Amino acid sequence: MAEEIVQDVKVIVFQLKNEEYAVPVTQVGSIEKMEHITRVPNTESFIKGVINMRGVVTPIVDLRSRLGLEETPVDENTRIIIVDLDDTSMGLIVDAANDVVDIPVDKIEEAPQVIGAINVDYIDGVVKLEDRLVILLDLRKVLKFHEIEAIKSIES
Amino acid sequence: MEIDQYLGVFIEESKEHLQALNQNLLELEKQPENIGVVNEIFRSAHTLKGMSATMGYQDLANLTHQMENVLDAIRNQQIKINPDILDIVFDAVDSLEEMVLDIESGGAGTKEVSELVSQLAAIESGEAPLQAAAAVAEEPVSDTSGLILDEFELAVLRESEEKGFQNFYTKVTLREDCMLKAARVYMVFEVLESLGEVVKSNPDVSQLEDEAFDLTFEVLLVTQEPKELIEEKVLKVSEIDAVSIQNFFIDTYKHIQDEGQEEVTASVDEKKVEETTIEKKAQQSNKTIRVNIERLDILMNLFEELVIDRGRLEQIADDVKHPELHETVERMARISGDLQSIVLTMRMVSIDQVFNRFPRMVRQLAKDLGKKIDLQIEGAETELDRTVIDEIGDPLVHLIRNSLDHGVETPEVRRELGKPETGTIKLKAYHSGNHVFIDITDDGAGINRKKVTEKAINNGLITKEQAAIMNDNQVFSLIMQSGFSTADTISDISGRGVGLDVVRNTIESLGGTITINSEEGKGSIFSIELPLTLSIISVLLVEIQNEKYAVPLSSIIETAIIPKADIMHVHNQAVIDFRGRVVPLVSLKEVFQVPEVKEETDYYSVVIIKKGDKSAGLIVDGFIGQQEIVLKSLGNYLTEIFAISGATILGDGQVALIIDSNALIK
Repeated sequence: MAEEIVQDVKVIVFQLKNEEYAVPVTQVGSIEKMEHITRVPNTESFIKGVINMRGVVTPIVDLRSRLGLEETPVDENTRIIIVDLDDTSMGLIVDAANDVVDIPVDKIEEAPQVIGAINVDYIDGVVKLEDRLVILLDLRKVLKFHEIEAIKSIES
Repeated sequence: MEIDQYLGVFIEESKEHLQALNQNLLELEKQPENIGVVNEIFRSAHTLKGMSATMGYQDLANLTHQMENVLDAIRNQQIKINPDILDIVFDAVDSLEEMVLDIESGGAGTKEVSELVSQLAAIESGEAPLQAAAAVAEEPVSDTSGLILDEFELAVLRESEEKGFQNFYTKVTLREDCMLKAARVYMVFEVLESLGEVVKSNPDVSQLEDEAFDLTFEVLLVTQEPKELIEEKVLKVSEIDAVSIQNFFIDTYKHIQDEGQEEVTASVDEKKVEETTIEKKAQQSNKTIRVNIERLDILMNLFEELVIDRGRLEQIADDVKHPELHETVERMARISGDLQSIVLTMRMVSIDQVFNRFPRMVRQLAKDLGKKIDLQIEGAETELDRTVIDEIGDPLVHLIRNSLDHGVETPEVRRELGKPETGTIKLKAYHSGNHVFIDITDDGAGINRKKVTEKAINNGLITKEQAAIMNDNQVFSLIMQSGFSTADTISDISGRGVGLDVVRNTIESLGGTITINSEEGKGSIFSIELPLTLSIISVLLVEIQNEKYAVPLSSIIETAIIPKADIMHVHNQAVIDFRGRVVPLVSLKEVFQVPEVKEETDYYSVVIIKKGDKSAGLIVDGFIGQQEIVLKSLGNYLTEIFAISGATILGDGQVALIIDSNALIK
């Protein structure tokens, strides 16, 4: 019996443009509808601002803009995925989020080199699920955590 | 390691015990007879020893162990406290503190302590019995030791001394497992009587026969035999653990007794003081639990959520006009109001946390400077938000050092001036309205106006003309300008280049103010005014296009509406003439790159802000109003955003950014 147990990763699947992306469910705090975002001036362009998430001021990143896709107007499907990384809460604006999928670990493949001409480091891997192709994101890299830490270490 | 999870608790508690040690040692210095204080100290040392041994910090445990022994001896009145002993104990506490700090910063908590340990050991063993007699004399009411000699006994002793007999103070300790104590005592007495004459015993003979003593008893023996012989013979009695024999001199005894009596009369005066300290102690021993500050923050956040939802609910109840719903919502509002004040007060801690390290510091500094200082602390129970408490320590240290160094004169000078030799520094904290005031008063030299103005003119801070028209307060505040130090010689204590300007900056960054009052020759008062909490501040909400921003009221001078025509340009910088001063204008719309949605009008709304002596005008599109807001951080992700110091959540649930006006003034 033991051989049949295959390790699964539970992921949240969301849409950006025509592609499907996924982040591990363990990193996701909640999924919220779009609400008023307070713009924070003089920050990187992909940071849309902050929202009040149950009393915590949470920064919001437009994932389209971060991944180099053109921004779209907000519609009723637009969602904010609240992710928790290293005690920091952040929100990601995505086109739609409606799926939780179990992905067997052995199905995760390395990102094919053809994906982009520029070297993107934030893709953890790709998974083929029947007729769907899901791209797994490394959120730390997407959100430039390493750069922030680098800045912090210089400051201290 | 498993122990790691206890490390935090260990450090925290160690610090508390060290603080208690410091405090009680100071108390003991004031009233050396107070055995209750010794007991407190002993308990702290004992707990500290246990904890550090458990955690495996050997040096820490060794030192506390030896300290504990000394304290135990003091407690059992085998050693009389004197300033030398206290100094060594203080040194030991200092070393303990260093070790704990080392552990906190990740070190192994090791330190060379053998010298201190041996010093302490020397105290413990040295001259103990004779000193004990002294302690006995000073505690005439104590029933544990009653070696009080009446005239007759003294006469006997004196006579024997004159006749060439020797008086020995003999202390006999029975073995712990001794079964027939009375029998042993009888045997010891028999031995002693065969060698000389027993003048006095403690406890007295009848108590000894009733076995109404612990393991030790003391005997005054008049004899011609040498010490060694007595010791040898007594030790022949079985079940005797130890015998110690010391010469006993009547003169020494009398001297000590006189001192003791003096102190007894003195202690009557101190009774009042003691009563108040007892009261304080009762207050401190309130039952508490330790709660992580993060949890309180979470509680606060949740509560704010609740307040926002309450607002919505009230709105709905008004719309629906359902009487029962209305009633329920109203009750909920009341309860949540009470809850709010409790949540806020939970984050408050008494300023004692900061104040309690000062007596020790002042003691040391006064010693170093050769000054006599009486530090009086008032209102240590005054509560402030945790965030303020964390920040206020350093500025206060600086101000106290300053008062000690530059304020209070040396005893000689004070005597010449007809002042009491001991200078007084008073630290007083109290609430008033939404603010907490901390006054540091000294009765020292005060500030020399002439010296200050001269120096300021020399340093180019002001001109002669300005100096002539400045009032005293303005002159005094000059000493808080950067690069100002009036002490003729730079001393190690406070004149280290970082002057009072740092103090002022820190206090202002906390949203507070500092003012100086001084009368030459009589002393100075430094008054600090601080907001009760940093997490709730008053702001002016302003509109820039469609965005809302908050400007802290503490940095606003006033607001104004200015016609466009009044704006002038100096070197491409827009300025206005505001009450006779040229004030540069800053367009927040440009600074914050706010998307333009509104048409420009012919009038500008301007918020005049200040930073120290400088000011600037912030151009906004409208004033919304004044509001109390809860300060929130933008988190780790958004750091170092220009001219934004934080955020807050408004009543409608939206986030508004708080403007850091200091960043906007160059």
